Amino acid sequence: MKVLVAVKRVVDYNVKVRPNGDGSDVEIANAKMSMNPFDEIAVEEAVRMKEAGTATEVVAISLGEAACQDVVRTALAMGMDRGVLVETDARLEPLTVAKLLAAIVKREQFDLVILGKQAIDDDSNQTGQMLAALLGWPQGTFASHVVVDDDRVQVTRETDTGSQTLSFKLPGVVTSDLRLNEPRYVKLPNIMKAKKKHLEKITPLELDVDISTHLETIAVAEPTQRSGGIKVSDAKELVDKLRNEARVI
Amino acid sequence: MTVLVIAEHNNSELNAATLAAITAATQLKDAVNLLIAGSGCSSVAEAAAKVQGVSRVLLADAPAYEHQLAENVAPLVVRLAEGHTHLLMPATTNGKNLMPRVAALLDVAQISDIIAIKSTDCFQRPIYAGNVIATVQSKDSLKVVTVRATAFEPAIAEGGNAMIDQVEASGDLELCRWERDDVTESTRPDLAQAEVVVSGGRGLGSAENFQLLEALADKLGAAIGASRAAVDAGFVSNDLQVGQTGKVVAPKLYIAVGISGAIQHLAGMKESKVIVAINKDEDAPIFQIADYGIVGDLFDILPALSAELDRSVN
Ligand SMILES: Cc1cc2nc3c(=O)[nH]c(=O)nc-3n(C[C@H](O)[C@H](O)[C@H](O)COP(=O)(O)OP(=O)(O)OC[C@H]3O[C@@H](n4cnc5c(N)ncnc54)[C@H](O)[C@@H]3O)c2cc1C
Ligand SMILES: Nc1ncnc2c1ncn2[C@@H]1O[C@H](COP(=O)(O)O)[C@@H](O)[C@H]1O
Repeated sequence: MKVLVAVKRVVDYNVKVRPNGDGSDVEIANAKMSMNPFDEIAVEEAVRMKEAGTATEVVAISLGEAACQDVVRTALAMGMDRGVLVETDARLEPLTVAKLLAAIVKREQFDLVILGKQAIDDDSNQTGQMLAALLGWPQGTFASHVVVDDDRVQVTRETDTGSQTLSFKLPGVVTSDLRLNEPRYVKLPNIMKAKKKHLEKITPLELDVDISTHLETIAVAEPTQRSGGIKVSDAKELVDKLRNEARVI
Repeated sequence: MTVLVIAEHNNSELNAATLAAITAATQLKDAVNLLIAGSGCSSVAEAAAKVQGVSRVLLADAPAYEHQLAENVAPLVVRLAEGHTHLLMPATTNGKNLMPRVAALLDVAQISDIIAIKSTDCFQRPIYAGNVIATVQSKDSLKVVTVRATAFEPAIAEGGNAMIDQVEASGDLELCRWERDDVTESTRPDLAQAEVVVSGGRGLGSAENFQLLEALADKLGAAIGASRAAVDAGFVSNDLQVGQTGKVVAPKLYIAVGISGAIQHLAGMKESKVIVAINKDEDAPIFQIADYGIVGDLFDILPALSAELDRSVN
């Protein structure tokens, strides 16, 4: 089984992002960048499949500007076999990412693609489902448990009411939720080893994919801020305030 | 031209989040069609026909839709898309699972989790865990949109009188097999709809200690919620997680107990009307957005709060 994992380079989850001066875009020029946390989980899952012998080759791919190779290198240091960078300075929408990934999948005949359920910058939660649609493949989204048994995959998904278990025959798409696994820490020797692993660069043009945008962000703004409230001294005062001031109980 | 709303339901009841999506739809167009795709779900269609603002209910009742697998429902929605300007669904886990598949099959972008409608092609949505609100314009002639239920008033569920049309079902594509649902049983109000939510975090320390929250929730008729840390630690089930990657709630009263207030948590609750925080660390970020805060040990405060609620029933 050949496994492809999509890793996005995003503003680190600890950074509080703000709009820029004229509200045309977010201000992220000097922000710390990291691999999308859900994608770390996706990488970990693929590496475990390789270690368990269910995956024969595990490949990491990122799409975007040249700096995105950083997160591919991180994935290689975590244990992925090789990397791909689809390089472009253009702004990529989930639909475009899905089309580019579909082109790579068709070129190389992957059996399973694992993505994060959501990129923590755009919070779209779309790409995996779109990729599955474009390939005509089944999808196991928001996975908290994945079992590969020969050519069938069983996926337990986190839902609004608890969890749901599905199964499908490969090929297919899985998107990771937070509780799928706990990603390993990258060890220094592995970072050195990762530098020697193969990282292919390719452009959207070479993949013959139209990357024109369907959406335009016309403004970004801060949400309305809550004004901080007051501290109360004890339970008695709190109940009094909730009952007589806020009138919510 | 008309908006098509895809209903979220469990084959017997319409999920309340659908009512919010219907309200969003009525802000776009006068005519709103509502698709019920399920199996043995005629009671849902009958309830849906009474919702104010719905012009026509499309009922696709077939075994292939029983579990609303995206693989089977997406082609149906694609077939019905013609004649509609917008396809809307609440941003529930089902909506998030289905709609991007629909959008990609139609070769259009999706606008996820909208909180406001500026015009028929322009929407607002939170990005970066709600730290920023983006205004997004779509160039597609058909818009595929998921709707954040807390941002729109629910449509009135009674008084409407829509026609119910059966639509032809497609068969089971057999791409995906449903194995089972493990539904968390609870007698409490639904977290997404509750007027009062009592949420616990890592500070609760154990699953047993969540009983302290249960006692408080009982007195307030509240739903229970949790931070990611509490869910990861196994104190409560995953469907109680509130936040960027869990549920978004906006109750009248949200009580955060032993929760520090990470931005990923705030993303799911900061639109609540009144926020209370109980935390022993006076510098915990949760206090910056709380209307009322108590600094102290939750193991002292929770019993005192329950007792106080008993005592002061006017
Ligand atoms: C990609 C990503 C997505 C995420 N999505 C979510 C999400 O959807 N929802 C979410 O909640 N988090 C999410 N998180 C996690 C988030 O960043 C925080 O780690 C998490 O919210 C912390 O949970 P907590 O407040 O319970 O724990 P902590 O941050 O450990 O806080 C515990 C608090 O309890 C207090 N405390 C301890 N003991 C007591 C006591 N006896 N009495 C009173 N107070 C006490 C402490 O002072 C502390 O403030 C996400 C993180 C990532 C990276
Ligand atoms: N530019 C990108 N490069 C690599 N992976 C991506 C990219 N955009 C999206 N993805 C993948 O798709 C998932 C969901 O992203 P989104 O649909 O944008 O929320 C992410 O967790 C990644 O696995």
